[in-house]
Amino acid sequence: MVSRAQKNRPNTTVAPWRLWFVRGLFLAVLVGLAGKLMVLQIVNMSFLQEKASQRHVRYVSMPAHRGMILDRRGEPLAISTPVPSIFANPRLMDASDPKLKELAQLLRLDPAATQRKIKAKSSSSFLYLKRRVMPDVAKQVMALEIKGISVQREYKRYYPTGEVVSHLIGFTNVDDTGQEGLELTFNDRLQGAAGKKRMIRDRKGAFIEGGEIIKVDRPGENLNLSLDLRIQYLAYQSLKKAVEKHKARSGSAVVLDVRTGEVLAMVNQPAFNPNNRRGVKLDVFRNRAVTNLFEPGSTVKPFTVVAALASGKFTNNTIIDTSPGYLQVGRGFTVRDTHDYGEVDLATLIKKSSNVAASKVAMELEPEELWDTFSAFGLGHKTETDFPGEATGKLPNQRTWRKLERASLSYGYGLTLTPLQLARAYMVIANGGKLQAVRFMKSDDVPVSKQVFSAELMTTIREMMEGVVRPGGTATRAAVPFYTVAGKTGTSKRHTASGYQDGHYIASFAGMIPAKDPRLVMVVMIDDPTGGTYFGGTVAAPVFAEVMTGAMRLLNIAPDDVPVPAMQVAVQ
Amino acid sequence: MSLIDRQQPARWSLTGFLARIHLDAMLLLLLLAVSGIGLLLLYSASDQDIDLLIRHGIRLAAAVGMMFVLAQIHPDRYRDTAYILYGAGLILLIAVLVMGTMGKGAQRWLDLGFFRFQPSEIMKLAVPILVATFLSEKTLPPTAGRLFLGLVMVLIPTLLIAKQPDLGTALLIASSGIIVLFLSGISWRIIFAFISLSAAALPVLWYVMHDYQRQRVLTFINPESDPLGSGYHIIQSKIAIGSGGVMGLGWLQGKQSHLDFLPESSTDFVFAVIAEEFGLIGACLLLLSYFFVASRGLYIASQAQSGFGRLLAGSISLVFLVYVFVNVGMVTGLLPVVGIPLPLISYGGTSMVTLFAGFGILMSIHTHRRMMGP
Repeated sequence: MVSRAQKNRPNTTVAPWRLWFVRGLFLAVLVGLAGKLMVLQIVNMSFLQEKASQRHVRYVSMPAHRGMILDRRGEPLAISTPVPSIFANPRLMDASDPKLKELAQLLRLDPAATQRKIKAKSSSSFLYLKRRVMPDVAKQVMALEIKGISVQREYKRYYPTGEVVSHLIGFTNVDDTGQEGLELTFNDRLQGAAGKKRMIRDRKGAFIEGGEIIKVDRPGENLNLSLDLRIQYLAYQSLKKAVEKHKARSGSAVVLDVRTGEVLAMVNQPAFNPNNRRGVKLDVFRNRAVTNLFEPGSTVKPFTVVAALASGKFTNNTIIDTSPGYLQVGRGFTVRDTHDYGEVDLATLIKKSSNVAASKVAMELEPEELWDTFSAFGLGHKTETDFPGEATGKLPNQRTWRKLERASLSYGYGLTLTPLQLARAYMVIANGGKLQAVRFMKSDDVPVSKQVFSAELMTTIREMMEGVVRPGGTATRAAVPFYTVAGKTGTSKRHTASGYQDGHYIASFAGMIPAKDPRLVMVVMIDDPTGGTYFGGTVAAPVFAEVMTGAMRLLNIAPDDVPVPAMQVAVQ
Repeated sequence: MSLIDRQQPARWSLTGFLARIHLDAMLLLLLLAVSGIGLLLLYSASDQDIDLLIRHGIRLAAAVGMMFVLAQIHPDRYRDTAYILYGAGLILLIAVLVMGTMGKGAQRWLDLGFFRFQPSEIMKLAVPILVATFLSEKTLPPTAGRLFLGLVMVLIPTLLIAKQPDLGTALLIASSGIIVLFLSGISWRIIFAFISLSAAALPVLWYVMHDYQRQRVLTFINPESDPLGSGYHIIQSKIAIGSGGVMGLGWLQGKQSHLDFLPESSTDFVFAVIAEEFGLIGACLLLLSYFFVASRGLYIASQAQSGFGRLLAGSISLVFLVYVFVNVGMVTGLLPVVGIPLPLISYGGTSMVTLFAGFGILMSIHTHRRMMGP
């Protein structure tokens, strides 16, 4: 046995180097593979993991519920309702699926075009087929059980009041982002924050399981506007009627709460339906009450009179001679009144709206006296509303003012402002001399304000302005039964790029009620009335009266001008 | 007889029992452990396909049975039937070429009605058996003439299989024969000559290769050149391995395979799933197990009592290592994509049966020792 084994021995010995070679090979293979693994799993790990996430992980945003916009009494002005949107994952789909035809019919799409679209996008995994469909339609679509067709929850914005609040609220786009108006101004607060969901996808893009919520969506805030929808309705109807009746180009009206600076109503014509904006001209979207500048005309005369009284150069009893009804200023410029008013005091200047008297007053004043007063009324300054596209009115620098500029400024030419800015200026007169911030939000805190004139001075000017609506004044049609009204008309020549247009005017009326203790300020501006009459007193003043009559009743404000009944007098 | 008595263990032991039924305890334990764990890995890699797992389990059982049967056969019987086995294999290979049915675009299968099998699987064992038989007929190291003849014996089936075309199997068969030649004790000069000749043959090889094979080589050099086409496998596989990191994502948690990004995740690319789910640690442990298997095989080779046994056992063990190296090398992007399964784990094919048959022969060589046999 031993000998046989020994005989075999030489046959079986392995040369030492060969053994070492095989061992070396072993080691090399082990080290090679382990080394490659280390490179992949340690050195390149994060890079490859990133690549893996790129392939599997998708972050899907979950839209947050956009906050409602409500009026001051909680009436909804803009609401978001969840609506389904239908989308496709073309990678999972068979473009020749006969069910696609049914799907297209349900969604009212062209079947052939839908098929083409899915085919063309066959390498992508997301395609909106139709956004914002009726819930019922979505249900029917899902009942078809087509592979790759899914429903996503989105929100649709709905504006229950339609045209009435259109310009102020603005609107959102298809992605629920504010585009115009307060929807844009307060987009951040309304929008909330979309949630985020981490979804795992397989190679074909189909989502696996429910996904992990990375971020919970935060619903947007509700906005409580200062707006009073009831007054807004009145203003909307009244303005619309006036613009139509007087065949005007456009019109705006603003109602402010004197005590808080809140905007209670803001309307423009023409208006649009925010729920269906198809075919509406871009121009119509503008909230003219905030974005359109105009030359105010005579509505600034109370400011001129305030400057006169504040300068000490004039008193209530100062007499100004306006004969012969026109005044030559500088070379070749004539200021004209509609009649020769003869000798007038400041109250009559306002009541009759005498351009000659205003010019004479202004020319007596130092330029800075006039400028400071106008500026103190907020002219030439934006409001505090941050409304998108608000125009800054123009109040030219006083150093360039010659007599002519001072004269024309005194009755409202050479400066521009918006209806809202004019309303803010009138609020100074109404609230006893405080320049006060205007705002669109309902708010209980004390409004930011700055005392710019004395309360007595404001009372004086208000009394003068009461004359405007009294018999003999320019705006008797602004009178509101049983209430005192202080106001001023404006009829300015329409200025365009090519200069002043003959026969085209802007009619305006700015006023406050009750004049003794004003609660509301309203500015009405009607651009280019072409229905025969064009005066502020005949075109704009009736809108004021109509809206304020209703507003006084709605706000339960006590009448302050009740005539003593004849019976009672008899008894006494 | 006294010598035999002393060698018998005093008490009954599992190792002794297994040795008596011609099984090597260590090798058996390693094989069963790896393929047992392999079942669990495959469960995950196949996306929890129980049917697939059952089919795999049946094959595994058949393969272990095959191993047991082959282990009972005395090594001399292999030597005696070497030429017949080789000849039969060759005829079947030619038959496949002539009338082989199409399977996966390549002619590899022979349909025997009740089951289909690949004649190339026979050659995986027939070639090393024949070459080992042939060389051990005369004293070792062999003469240059006999070496050349041995090489011819290797090249004929290799080329036939490469023509099928099945590059992976051809590579395994060529290496099984060449390893025998190498172990037979050829001189360095011949090795060098052979290496240089092979290098010179590379361009020729390129010319003979099929388009898809060339594409694989090109893709290997730069997988990103065709990320959606032929580079897709290797990119997805690397991503899977890399995302595993050191600790792995955990069993059943592999994303690349479960989300359907990794192709062939239960067959050729199963290693990527393992590396993704069990990380560097798991992958290295698996590699270590493979090396233990191969080491045990080499130990058996070194203990073989005949030149034939030594050459054959050495070849079987080293070819196993080639399996591992080529598969893992391919999956990690170290080597071009060649269709070789991960031994003991990959699903499918008759290759597992052949693999265990080889281990059966190894065990036969180890347990049929002259001092114990009749």
